[in-house]
Amino acid sequence: MNAETKIERKAKKLGLKERYGHLTRGLGWETSYQPMDKVFPFASYEGIKIHDWDAFEDPFRLTMDAYWKYQAEKERKLYAVIDSFAQNNGQMKITDARYVNALKIFLTGVSPLEYMAHRGYAHVGRHFVGAGPRVACQMQAIDELRHAQTQMHTISHYNKYFDGLHDPRHMFDRVWYLSVPKSFFEDAMTAGPFEFLTAISFSFEYVLTNLLFVPFMSGAAYNGDMATVTFGFSAQSDESRHMTLGLEIIKFMLEQDADNVPIVQRWIDKWFWRGYRLLSIVAMMMDYMLPKRVMSWAEAWGIYFEEAGGALFEDLSRYGITTPKYADVASKEKDRLTHEVWSTFYNYTRAAAFHTWIPNDDELAWLSEKYPETFDQLYRPRYEHWRSLQQKGERFYNNSLPQLCNVCQIPMVFTEPDDPTKLCLRSTEFEGEKYHFCSDGCKDIFEFEPQKYVQSWLPVHQIFQGNCGGATMPEVLDWYGIKNGSDNLDYEGSPDQTIWNDWTKSAQRAAG
Amino acid sequence: MAGNVSITLQNTDEGRAIINAISADNAEAVVNVYPSMTKIDCPGRLIVNRESIESEMGRPFDLQELQLSLVSLAGNVDEDDDKFVLEWNR
Repeated sequence: MNAETKIERKAKKLGLKERYGHLTRGLGWETSYQPMDKVFPFASYEGIKIHDWDAFEDPFRLTMDAYWKYQAEKERKLYAVIDSFAQNNGQMKITDARYVNALKIFLTGVSPLEYMAHRGYAHVGRHFVGAGPRVACQMQAIDELRHAQTQMHTISHYNKYFDGLHDPRHMFDRVWYLSVPKSFFEDAMTAGPFEFLTAISFSFEYVLTNLLFVPFMSGAAYNGDMATVTFGFSAQSDESRHMTLGLEIIKFMLEQDADNVPIVQRWIDKWFWRGYRLLSIVAMMMDYMLPKRVMSWAEAWGIYFEEAGGALFEDLSRYGITTPKYADVASKEKDRLTHEVWSTFYNYTRAAAFHTWIPNDDELAWLSEKYPETFDQLYRPRYEHWRSLQQKGERFYNNSLPQLCNVCQIPMVFTEPDDPTKLCLRSTEFEGEKYHFCSDGCKDIFEFEPQKYVQSWLPVHQIFQGNCGGATMPEVLDWYGIKNGSDNLDYEGSPDQTIWNDWTKSAQRAAG
Repeated sequence: MAGNVSITLQNTDEGRAIINAISADNAEAVVNVYPSMTKIDCPGRLIVNRESIESEMGRPFDLQELQLSLVSLAGNVDEDDDKFVLEWNR
């Protein structure tokens, strides 16, 4: 295209700034029948002081007409791809059926969070005084509902062929490892509106979701999963707007009053650590569950937290904000995190709604290459040992129930920041009871609000208290909605493997 | 020294036109291509000009159409009818 070509465009009657101004400055008003603090009862109790709500502005300046227009376009594109994927047996054109297990975790662990986010933004949008944040939260509430729906619609196609995808909602409320994402979001939703936005919009969306969606969706593309790439990027285009809301709301709070700074810093510290622990399972998906891998967890952490987060926190330092507490611990853990988590699921494969496996030789070599400081020294020998037991017909299962961290609810499987061979165990006493934690980060969170976290619904405690269907494994699995022998255990020998092998064999026969 | 700002776009027909426009308008931009997406990093500040995209695409382009190609970004955003700017230390 010749750069000098004249493009004819119709001028709009109002510029973007004016249109956005009319939407967000004219629609709010001071109430007269009731005092403002009764209409907005949650606006001040967290201690955040706002003097001028109009100082908040969505930098995208998105108006409702543009919002509907572009969202409709995204939906049309996505559903065309979903139809095409289904019509063309796309589920059988992925690299390997083991990949589907990453989708199982996504559908049961992440998609329900989208729905919780929908509810959360609808709630806090109602409770902000200013029209700017209200409109941004309203759009995000609709976006999040769309994400939950499109993910269900996309992945439901896989449910016709593969196990473990039949009832994500039921599992989300019951299965032990899904209480990790569930309790994370419930913690945020039971906080005040400003903490909720710091938790979800800033710490989760801005600081951390790049690590969830971006490498994972690129991985889906690399593994031939056209449908997931499309819903992922369709959602991610909204996420860019959400991330921007996260950064703007943080700056807004920091600029409104110096008293807000220490409150916001404490929330950033808390929600960085909560979010980082939540991402453990995603980290594992990247290193262990994508047959073709894009980048390792350690590399993604380097690009998206150490580099991008470094620039972000440098920018926020002018307000007196510092890098989140324990970010250094997260960086120390980057070369071991995924191996510790995958090993845990290998141990507890009977109680998981997805399949596990020992990485094959090529995959072990990739892990050695990506983790030169740790893999061969600490983790390869463990996998090789388990593999030899399996070959002798003595596959190792952990038959005890693990102790859980009282805050993140992950089994206590993480190691000391400065010693990857020693389990990290922390505890504290509150009102005569002892509470246990996986890390100093989780312990700090508990100690600031013990009354909140003594209420944690800890899956292992619940099993012991008799609240999960019974005292035996089959009873608990039944209560979870996990079908023993098809949804759980190793990929080797699973019905998923049979359907995949039959398909690939028939394709080879057809090719001659 | 300010860190990098960053924008990630889909490797689609429209995405490519936007990537080309950004590369042309930001001399220090570093383009990283991944499966299905492209991440562009640039020290301190990055600008997306409507006119540059229009001359790449050969049609009128409303900058808000960026929403359809955007995967992720890092930096403070400022958008109006003619330009979309990402920067640190605004």
